[in-house]
Amino acid sequence: MTQQRKAVALISGGLDSLLAAKIVQEQGIHVAGINFFTGFCVEGHTHAIRKRGQDKPKRNNALWVAEQLGIKLHIIDIIDEYKQVVFNPRYGYGANLNPCLDCKIFMVREAHLWCQRNNFDFIITGEVVGQRPMSQRKDTMPVISRRSGADDLLLRPLSARNLPPTLPERLGWVDREKLLGLSGRSRKPQIALAKRFGFEEYAQPAGGCCFLTDAQYSAKLADLWQARGSKQYELDDIMLLKVGRHLRPKPNFKVIIAREEGESNFLRGYRKHYLSIDSLSCPGPVALIDGNVNNQDIELAASLVARYGKGRDATEVEMEVRTPAGTGYLLTVRPLTPEEIPEQWLL
Amino acid sequence: MPVIRTQNIVAELSAGTLVEVVCTDPGALNDIPSWCRINGHRVVETRSSADEYVVILEVGEE
Ligand code: SF4
Repeated sequence: MTQQRKAVALISGGLDSLLAAKIVQEQGIHVAGINFFTGFCVEGHTHAIRKRGQDKPKRNNALWVAEQLGIKLHIIDIIDEYKQVVFNPRYGYGANLNPCLDCKIFMVREAHLWCQRNNFDFIITGEVVGQRPMSQRKDTMPVISRRSGADDLLLRPLSARNLPPTLPERLGWVDREKLLGLSGRSRKPQIALAKRFGFEEYAQPAGGCCFLTDAQYSAKLADLWQARGSKQYELDDIMLLKVGRHLRPKPNFKVIIAREEGESNFLRGYRKHYLSIDSLSCPGPVALIDGNVNNQDIELAASLVARYGKGRDATEVEMEVRTPAGTGYLLTVRPLTPEEIPEQWLL
Repeated sequence: MPVIRTQNIVAELSAGTLVEVVCTDPGALNDIPSWCRINGHRVVETRSSADEYVVILEVGEE
């Protein structure tokens, strides 16, 4: 009897990884999924926070993909280990703070180690030659195989026929003829394939699979590093970068202001870690102050927050300031006018 | 992330154990049941209040 071969698929939640895993599964290979939680790849989380856009399904796309495929999904927390990838990418950043090539090398290396620990035979990714400017080029894809240590145990089913045969192909574990030779940025072949397999409502992330490809998010992260004097972050920092308006009135502090009720609830969850501001006399957003502040700074922050509440045109509004220890006090402030909020405050 | 924490705790438990997950992330009400379906665990109950979301699950056979 031939041995049942096992592959682990990197599942980002997007269409390509879904199709890559499906193609290999169709060849009788046992497939399990692996999904890395970096802290940056949680778009679904933001949908869950914000009330707006709730017509879209609130779901974790990686879990959804695993359900479609009927495979197990191992979600691995790599928040701490991943920091070095973000801080010092050997191959640099893409258009924003996305270290895509180093990121892929890191994830494939982790997947390879997982294979070794769990007696799996090879690794699948949804990469396509020429699809992304940094990590999915004909010259960089072999770099990922080599530097991750996976070498020819890394199979890219969507593009395999444009690449040298891997070990699973050479040993006949998978039939190379049944793999694809996609290349370039067109999504049409993937969409047609999804239709053939009967997949609907799949996620098609624009630009990349995480927030680091987003220009505004990257600007906020760069601001955080500048304010702290070095490249560093904790999970809470990078989660908060996804929520609310971030304004920096002075170098020593920034204010995170909820844009709607869902975000206000989310920010309330951080009141034990940050100074917070709540609107009392009129409905308004919850806000957090990140930084070391004096009384004048707090007053400025409260006036700024008041600008985004229903009392924005009042001469005075009452705000509640709360310390992380839970003690609160009232502050009466004049809401800032739009002219008093310079554009460069907004991150 | 409630799903990761649930996954890591459930990995240590034997089949039949009941686990109550309490969190503030509303996405958990979808994600944890989805994770349970994939991994063969059974959702016994889900409920939510103003600022808390609860999922009770029964650990399945590996
Ligand atoms: S978009 Fe983000 S998760 Fe995807 S490869 Fe680039 S850095 Fe990694």
